[in-house]
Order: sequence, then structure tokens, then C-alpha cells
Amino acid sequence: MEAARLADLAVIIRSKNAGPYRLTFDVLLPDAATFKRVKASGVLGRESVAKALSLKPSEVTSLFELESAHAFKVTIRRQVGQSDIGESDVYGCQQHVPLMELLVA
Amino acid sequence: MTAITVLAPTGTLGYGFGADALKRGMDFKPGVIAVDAGSTDPGPHYLGSGEVLVSRFSYKKELTELMAASRAAGIPLVVGSAGGSGSRPHVDFLVEIVREVARDLRLNRFKLAWIYADIEPARIKKAIAAGEVKDFEAGFALTADLVDSSTHIVAQMGFEPIIKALQSGADVVIAGRACDDAAIAAYPIMQGGHKGLAMHMGKILECGAFSAVPFAMDVMMGFLKGDAFELEPGSIGRRASLTSVAAHTLYERENPFDQHGPGYRVDLNDCRFEQAGERRVRVSGAKFIPESECWIKLEGARRMGFRSICVAGVRCPTMITRIDEILAAAKEEAVRYMKPHDVQVTFHVYGKDGVMRALEPQKKIASHELGLIIEVVASEMDLAHAACHHISGGLLHTHYKGQLNTSGNLAFPYSPSELDAGPAYAFSAYHLMKVRDPYEAFPIHYEDV
Repeated sequence: MEAARLADLAVIIRSKNAGPYRLTFDVLLPDAATFKRVKASGVLGRESVAKALSLKPSEVTSLFELESAHAFKVTIRRQVGQSDIGESDVYGCQQHVPLMELLVA
Repeated sequence: MTAITVLAPTGTLGYGFGADALKRGMDFKPGVIAVDAGSTDPGPHYLGSGEVLVSRFSYKKELTELMAASRAAGIPLVVGSAGGSGSRPHVDFLVEIVREVARDLRLNRFKLAWIYADIEPARIKKAIAAGEVKDFEAGFALTADLVDSSTHIVAQMGFEPIIKALQSGADVVIAGRACDDAAIAAYPIMQGGHKGLAMHMGKILECGAFSAVPFAMDVMMGFLKGDAFELEPGSIGRRASLTSVAAHTLYERENPFDQHGPGYRVDLNDCRFEQAGERRVRVSGAKFIPESECWIKLEGARRMGFRSICVAGVRCPTMITRIDEILAAAKEEAVRYMKPHDVQVTFHVYGKDGVMRALEPQKKIASHELGLIIEVVASEMDLAHAACHHISGGLLHTHYKGQLNTSGNLAFPYSPSELDAGPAYAFSAYHLMKVRDPYEAFPIHYEDV
């Protein structure tokens, strides 16, 4: 199978605050087969996500899979606390784009 | 078993709902109208300043519709996290509107309850000294100095104080800061509903019809029936689908399997979703687990200074290619110029990395123009303004290598070019504090209206 951009496989890719000090990413796939494919590729693993967002792997605070919803969830520490000096996205809702470009084998 | 029915009119009081959706929802004969009104999500400004999140106009319009509906049906109305932050001024603001609406609508006598969620600084300092405050996710320790410098500190109440108000006969409950799920779950739990399911239902309903397709700030219905609950949007133009509900259980939270409150947690590991009709989803499996200690989550805000901003455009490619070094030099110069006063200078460079800053993977500027916001925070408004103007004036006329245009480097859309944004707030507490019981920090007041 040819590699595909995550954006071309997913039905939802989004980022959002999870409280003032965390940023959480949700990726929802359309079906079980695509979920398995993304899981097998490892692109939503700690190392891969950290690399896409120019972070250290330790800045990823948690990863979850929800097989029943065909979903992945990744949460990172916010670079600055919400609305602290240096804030650029109060709701954290425009930080998802690097995940769209991940290539899924 | 008959269902315990909850009508959640919208995701945030003041953000709107459809009149038809409300009417259709009321036809299900709900036992309560319950709505969340706040969150930390809009930032620390509302908690810090005491200004409410949404306009008075919107609050009054929506409370008028909800009070008319709930009083006509003889069911209680519960509002959680009043006014946005759930702090005392926000609670008082909504309570005053409730009294006004009661007069305007000439409502029959009813009982109003309001619950404050502000925590006295002395109480928190005592807890700090006793080692009964711990960091939640802030990454810094809560100190007595931080407590003293905070303008407001609230804590999230669980469902218990709201149930107490309802059991005391309150027809309208205006609660200060509350766990989003608790404000919605209080009534079903009071009616003997399964606590875990009620809390899970509350967590989904607190965002109104955001768990439906198409999603919107609109009416969502919850039906708690023994060992499961069902969700259905009020508007016939929407439906609850497996995807929309499951997606929502991920929303705005780190751990989708675990939902915490003061003195309990809800375990969602065995949760199941089933389509139960074209527009309805059935959810089961949540487990309520009481904990031996009761910790409440504190949220505090402090004024970090005053903010002045300047918006400008850069079109000349000779400047765009050197933007980083030009801005770095301007910042360094301004910080030196303002001494002995400290100023915090931030540049937001749209067209480069204005949105993602350090997380931006695209390092090369692809845009033919840049949007620049110069932001300064200082201890006084005048100082922030002075530094902001100094930087914008300096950048306007700075000389750099390769420059062809010597008449000015910034295109300002406004005169004056600086906008004073007023006080700037930061979160000062996001910590857990141990309390004796879930009622201790949340005093309830009653009034016959």
C-alpha cells in the first residue's frame, strides 16, 4: 500500500486545550481497518508525534487509543501556560497541522 | 424504570440555542434544565478581572427563555460555573439578572439559591502550611505570595452542594465554579440515578449539542435509565451518532477513561456506545468510584501587568528576509531603553510562525507579506504603552542591510498605532487542596423571589 498523509485518512484531526497547561490532539479514523493501519504505522506514537511538533519525547504527557471510536489521543505540555507571556493560541485549536502531514505506511 | 430526563440547552450559557429545539426538548418533560456556563478555556481574564464572559444582553435573553420554560413546567433550573469563571462577582451578576427576569416575567414566587465557590486566601494559606495543597498541572508550587497576589481563587464544586440546594427546595440554582459534569449530574443523582452514568452523561451534555451532528451550541437531551443513558439532540435537524458522541468523549480532556471530581472518580474503561434509533445513542459502562480523601481543584488568576499592542504589516521583501534579526535587535534595544523598568516584549509574526511559534515545523517564510503584532506587558499601563510605541517607532524607521525604501518599514492600519489593552491576567493557581468534605468550601444562600 502506498503511504498516505494522515489528513487523507482521518475524519477528525484536532488540537485543543485540556486545561491551561496541556494541549491535547485527537485523531479519529473512519473505520477499524484504517485505525489498525495507523496503529501499525506508529506515526501516532510518542517519538513520532514529538518529532512532528519539534518537542522532546518527555513533553508528551500521555497517549491513548480508543479502539471502539477508532481514535487516538495524544497530549503534550503547553509550551507556555494559557495566556501567559508568549501565548499565541488561547484555545489551542490551531496546533494540529503537523499531524495532518504525518505519512502513514 | 422511567427515565430521569435532563435538558441541556446549550454548551455555554450565553452562547445561544434554538427556540424550536428548546420547545421540542421541553416536550420530553425533563425533570431539570441544567446548563454549564464556564470553564478556564477562555483564559484567565474573566476570573482575574471579574468581568463576565458573555454580554449581559445574551445572559438575560437566555435566562429569560430558560426561566420561563422551567417555571412553566415546574422544574428546577441549574446553572454551573456562573458567568464564565464562577467567581463571586460572576455569581452575583447572574443572581441579579435572575431577580430582574422574575420581575419582568411576573413569575410566581420561587426559591433561588446561589452557591459561592471562592476560597478565602487565609484558608488556602492554612492548607499550604499543612501540606494539603499540591500541584495539579501548573508546573509551579502554590505559595502564600501567589495566593496574596491573586485577584480571585475559586474551586470546582462537585454535585453535592448543588443537590443540597435542590433538596432545600431551590427552583433556580446559580452555582459558582463547578465541575462541568456535576452541574448537569446533580439532579439525576438526587433522583437516585446511577452516579457514574449520571456523571458521564453530564460530561457529554455540558457541551450541549456539540456531541451531535451537525454540532452546535444547542439543546441536547439526556435520558438516564437504570444501567444506561441515552442522548438525543433537541433539534430535529441534528442527530446523535456513534462517531459524534465518541468523538465528544475525547474532547478537551487528557484522559478519556478517567473523570475526576472532589472525592470521587468515574472509570470509563468499560464504556459502550450503541446507536439506539436514528437520532439517539445509548451509553453504558461508567463506574463511580468514591475516594477516601476529598481534594478540590483551585483555579486562581493574578494581574501580571498591563498590555499594550501594535498591529502592523510588512510587505517589503528586503525586510521580510531579515525579520528575525530586525525584531531581535528592536526587542533588545527596547528592554535597555526602558530600564530600570522591566518590560516583556513579544512579537507575533503572522505569515511566519504567529500561530504555532516553537511548534511550527515550516521554518521558511512562504508569504509575500507578514502581519506583525508587537505586544508589551509592563507593571503600569503607561510603561507598556511607552515601550510599545518606542518599538513601533523604532521599527518604522530602522535601517537594515539591503534596504531600498527609506521612508518607513511598517504599514499601520490604525492611528494611533498602539492600542492599550488594559490589565493582563495570568493563571496563578491550578492546584488541588484537601478539604474536610465536599460541602466545606461552597456556602449556599437562599432567597424567596
